[in-house]
Amino acid sequence: MSGTPIATTRSAAGMPTGKLAVWWLIGSEIVIFGGVLASYIMHRLAHGGWSEEAAHTNTWIGALNTMVLLTSSLSAVLAHQAAEKGDGKKASKLLWATIVGAVTFMIVKAFEWTEEITHGYTIASSTFWSFYYTAAGIHASHVLAGAICMYYVAKSAAKGEHLHRVENVGLYWHFVDVVWIFLFPLLYIAK
Amino acid sequence: MSEAEHSEDAHAHDGHEHNYIRIWGILVVLLIISVVGPFIGEYTEIQAITLVTAFGIAAYKAYLVVKNFMHMTAEKAFVSYIVVTCLVFMFLLYAGTAPDVMKSEGSGWEKPLWQQQEAEYAARQAALAHGGEDGHGDDHH
Repeated sequence: MSGTPIATTRSAAGMPTGKLAVWWLIGSEIVIFGGVLASYIMHRLAHGGWSEEAAHTNTWIGALNTMVLLTSSLSAVLAHQAAEKGDGKKASKLLWATIVGAVTFMIVKAFEWTEEITHGYTIASSTFWSFYYTAAGIHASHVLAGAICMYYVAKSAAKGEHLHRVENVGLYWHFVDVVWIFLFPLLYIAK
Repeated sequence: MSEAEHSEDAHAHDGHEHNYIRIWGILVVLLIISVVGPFIGEYTEIQAITLVTAFGIAAYKAYLVVKNFMHMTAEKAFVSYIVVTCLVFMFLLYAGTAPDVMKSEGSGWEKPLWQQQEAEYAARQAALAHGGEDGHGDDHH
């Protein structure tokens, strides 16, 4: 009996089932993040005072984390390219570089939140800060989940196994990047 | 695969790698513009500059990532249908709930009194906090 998951070998829809599952996951995530962001936008438009609250977020830290995620997306797509060429070791190294990006993002976020909470801006301070911590918190949990998945994919890729998973985890990672691309102006720039 | 074909394939991969790095470079430049633009918008008091540089550029950056890193345009058409369907549901959610949040009354409905009282209370608290007095629950610096 083979230990290979059926999603690895089947492609009933004309594309590998594992990859199709990732696209469905992304579709469901669009509704989750879209719901939070749409609620944020409608509340913000309805309550002018939010711009004063948003003025306390640190644009430079937000920009630094955007830079980190954009760079980690580059290493993820280069890992996919290496996997397509059958170079598992290179793909693994590039995935590790992406994991370093994820860890950097989380460290920066930890410092940022510590600073804000120390200054009294907590999730209970106001509706703006509730949205801020909820949206950024859900996103950060996705960054963490992505890093954990990449760790397992990088381990198997280093042995030249399951190289198609490099693309799948990369797709998820790029989506996490796209979400942050929208969170950045909403939470840090529009003041 | 012949040696010539192998060499051609290697060149194609190198070309992709350069393209990915070029796209990353464009994304970084757009990030810089999206940070600097709102400062210019604030200085010149032209809000359109802030809107275009912050949200217009965000949309374009997302497009570049989806097209070049996720290769969505190279996928089967139903992948786009999945994504677009989910986006449509997101906009339906927005359209269905926005009037409740953004308006106090509509055709055959109005917000209950307690919501108005709550909004007035929140406005009073915000005014107190803004005036430097000790606002209830607000501990902003």
